[in-house]
Amino acid sequence: MYDGGKIITGLIIGIGLFLSPFFYNAGKVAKAPDPELTEKAKEAKECVASKPYMKAWHMQLLDEWRDEAVRDGERYYSTDRKTWEMPLGKRLMYELRGFIADDGKKDKKPKIGKVYLKSLQVTCMDCHSNKSKFCDECHNYVGVTPYCWDCHIEPEEKK
Amino acid sequence: MGVDRRDFLKIAGFGALVGLGGKAIEILAPGELEASTENIPLTKGKRWSMVIDIRKCLEKQEKDGCKECIIACHREHNVPDWGNPKHEVKWVWQDSYEHVFPGQPNEYIEDGIRHKPVIMMCNHCVNPPCVRVCPTQATFKREEDGIVSMDMHRCIGCRFCMAACPYGSRSFNWGNPRKAPKDLNPDFPTNRTYPERSMGVVEKCNFCVELVTKGELPACVQACDKIKVHALNFGDLADPESNVRKLLRKRYSIRRKPELGTEPNIFYII
Repeated sequence: MYDGGKIITGLIIGIGLFLSPFFYNAGKVAKAPDPELTEKAKEAKECVASKPYMKAWHMQLLDEWRDEAVRDGERYYSTDRKTWEMPLGKRLMYELRGFIADDGKKDKKPKIGKVYLKSLQVTCMDCHSNKSKFCDECHNYVGVTPYCWDCHIEPEEKK
Repeated sequence: MGVDRRDFLKIAGFGALVGLGGKAIEILAPGELEASTENIPLTKGKRWSMVIDIRKCLEKQEKDGCKECIIACHREHNVPDWGNPKHEVKWVWQDSYEHVFPGQPNEYIEDGIRHKPVIMMCNHCVNPPCVRVCPTQATFKREEDGIVSMDMHRCIGCRFCMAACPYGSRSFNWGNPRKAPKDLNPDFPTNRTYPERSMGVVEKCNFCVELVTKGELPACVQACDKIKVHALNFGDLADPESNVRKLLRKRYSIRRKPELGTEPNIFYII
């Protein structure tokens, strides 16, 4: 091998540079996101759906809302307590079979909870008016940049 | 000898026909144009429309240069003022009578409307060319009330609709509305319950679909009624006893470029 020494030193420096972020951050734990609730959100206790559901599926909910509100003109959402946490297929079956729940009993009257206007800007951000400490907290942590805010106006925050 | 050219062409031709099978007939059969009007749903139920009384409007404009409807609309929908006619975003706007109704040329028309500013907005056509050409169906006609609405989430900014619309009702966002000059838009965004648009999408008058679904009148009509001019009348054309039908029965009205067959839902009482 010609110039073996130089090549190997070069390789070591190169690999070292490549791995430097790894060594730099080794042993440190990245701060887990801790979204902060506003007073208003704390008082309300419950969102349009339960907390675990909203944590995992809020993007799907928003996506459904935007299609229903804009394209189908269905602008109101009622929190049907029996159905909000069911997977879509199950929910469809529940509604098609005339509200027969898992235990085989028929719900005489499907429970309709509160009614909300399907609007990110008006409904969601009314309670969660602290975008930088609520939305951005997790979005930054997982490295996603939703383009909602290209058009939808976030509430003004006090600094 | 092998196959000569004549035989080769025959074999290839027959081979292709056999290979295609029944498809050959389908390919040669007369088809349907992709941009045909057949898939645009006809309005079921309501048919929102507007009757604009030009005389009342001009009378008020003579007095104080009224632009209340334009201001109200642009405040409601966060429409920025770019200060540059090339980047103008038009929801409600004005032009001279001759430009608004190019099919009515008359050199000797009375002074009352000659070169006078007439307000315009999207015509919410019964047969909208913009809906026909939209490749993503971002622009669509609401079946329940005939409003030509836009789903900004789907618009890719191709501007086919701008080319298709014969009324110039559509505007392209050349820049982010938030970056519009601050001195022209001091308190922008003016309505924090309505979104803005992003750079690269097309927008137009939405007949205040967000207010109409709540049972309110469009912002321009509200503004006109507030100053007690009542030049703008909003109502349901499908109902024979509605305010707009009554007005149209009583007074002579015209529409913009009716010869194109788009069937505008904005009527002008001259």
